[in-house]
Amino acid sequence: MVEKTPILDTFTYIFLMVGILIVGFPMIYSLIAATLPLEEVSKVPMPLIPGDQFITNMTEAWSRGNLGNQIFNSFVMATGITFGKIAISIIGAFSIVYFDYRLRVVAFASVFCTLMLPVEVRIMPTYEVAANVLGPMQATWDFLHLNGLVSWFTGNDFELNLNWSLLDSYTGLILPLVASATCTFLFRQFFLTVPEELCEAAKMDGASAMTFFRKILLPLSTTNIAALIVIEFVYGYNQYLWPLLITTNPDMTTAVIGLQDLIPQADDLPEWNVALSAALLVMLPPVMVVLSMQRWFVKGLIEKEK
Amino acid sequence: MIKRSTFKASYLPYLLILPQVIITLTFFYWPAVQGLLQSFLLSDPFGRSSKFVWFYNYIEIFTDPLYLKSILITFTFSLAVASVSIAFGLFIATMANRALKATALVRTLLIWPYAVAPAISGILWLFLLHPSYGIVALAIKSWFGVDWNPVLKGGDAMVMITIAAAWKQISYNFVFFMAGLQAVPKSLIEAAAIDGASPLKRFWAITFPLLSPTFFFLSVMNIIYSFFETFGVIHTVTQGGPGGSTNILVYKVYQDGFVGLNLGSSSAQSVVLMSLIVIITVLQFKYVEKKVQYTG
Repeated sequence: MVEKTPILDTFTYIFLMVGILIVGFPMIYSLIAATLPLEEVSKVPMPLIPGDQFITNMTEAWSRGNLGNQIFNSFVMATGITFGKIAISIIGAFSIVYFDYRLRVVAFASVFCTLMLPVEVRIMPTYEVAANVLGPMQATWDFLHLNGLVSWFTGNDFELNLNWSLLDSYTGLILPLVASATCTFLFRQFFLTVPEELCEAAKMDGASAMTFFRKILLPLSTTNIAALIVIEFVYGYNQYLWPLLITTNPDMTTAVIGLQDLIPQADDLPEWNVALSAALLVMLPPVMVVLSMQRWFVKGLIEKEK
Repeated sequence: MIKRSTFKASYLPYLLILPQVIITLTFFYWPAVQGLLQSFLLSDPFGRSSKFVWFYNYIEIFTDPLYLKSILITFTFSLAVASVSIAFGLFIATMANRALKATALVRTLLIWPYAVAPAISGILWLFLLHPSYGIVALAIKSWFGVDWNPVLKGGDAMVMITIAAAWKQISYNFVFFMAGLQAVPKSLIEAAAIDGASPLKRFWAITFPLLSPTFFFLSVMNIIYSFFETFGVIHTVTQGGPGGSTNILVYKVYQDGFVGLNLGSSSAQSVVLMSLIVIITVLQFKYVEKKVQYTG
């Protein structure tokens, strides 16, 4: 600090502590609620001394919410999205930065513009695509009247029927969310800062494009990849709208969506202890990832948005 | 931009960009175009036939009082979420930046809500603000003498989802303000202190103007967040109720299209949302990034 301001410093720490308390309060309070039996948790106001029912509530929440299965689904979805996004973004950015070809700018612009098309603004038609992912091909085929053409060509009646539904499948949960303008943009920015000499030297030594990518670019990108893993894992795990749309089978639902069934409604027993235990269990994986990889997380958050 | 030294290859670059392009075409552009076409069509309730109706769906939604109300709700909601979470984030970040000790610990304690899904944040706050069980609700009732009931009263429900949505966003804003504050040159602050400026004066005259790029960036990001990503909060906590008082635009698209199966209207609403986000993004890139920039 620039000068000595004892009073202001005291206030700084007090405000800071109050701020941290306000931010942490929902979590602390839910943790206490998760340790209480039903008759305690439904008292008004709820006692603030932790009870001894923590394990009972957690096991109850685990089995009632089918959490084992649902957290596994969330995990598969989050991991799939994370690695899928990073993989296709990094090779996409490599293609855009290190090659000169005719459609380069078009390709980059088309990826970049997806920034303006989040799932939320194209709910119904994206659902239709997921219900039959080959639908666009089928539509193009029909539009060009290729059935007639093939029939005429082969002399037999021919009808092409493409159908591949992604509903209630891991592919459906992952694939549509794998394209990422921000990741591609991040890798592009990073590649642009990589010294030209590295590429020239590699070329002089006779390295092919893919060797250069594998041996030089990929190792240089590790910090960026680590940072993105944290961000994208949290993003994938916390998805709500998309899994809600495409899963109808309870066994394929993700954990964040499954929680809704545990919230006590007006006529139910007010089993908030179980509902909050489940909420705490479900939020645990992404919170752990963020806290344990904090440095990468902060880096990733700031770099990605820039 | 491209590198000076590039590789020569005929098909490799296309192959590398192909996965990205296939996915964007299938899951982004195709649906977007379909949605646009659909918004000019009117289908019968069984989806058997549809006819071209020009701007009928748009006229319909913009003369629908429920839709106009939803627009108003969305703007109120996003402004409230953005201002609450930005103000709180800035306040804590300033405090944390002043307190030079234990910054790592403070950061750890403030960062984790970012990892909480909006829907879970909604559940935690629903419990705290529940009219019969919530402790915060009890405090509001006894301290302010308000008959707090977010289950029945629209205004209270709005306050509840605003808090739930803003709470999670505080960490996000905190991280960016922290980064911004640490980039403010120490020498400027010291010079002002020597000239006799008080800490508060220094904040408003030096730190705050230097933070303005961060501030505008966060305003845009928070508004986008409250427009789209808060769907989970609404769906778990209020389902748009009571009486449509928390029915934000995104939730209405989902309700009308996916639940109500009114395809034409839902698509028209989607197109309106699409135009909104295009406007926000263009504004962000055109004005915010250029005009509000200071060199330290």
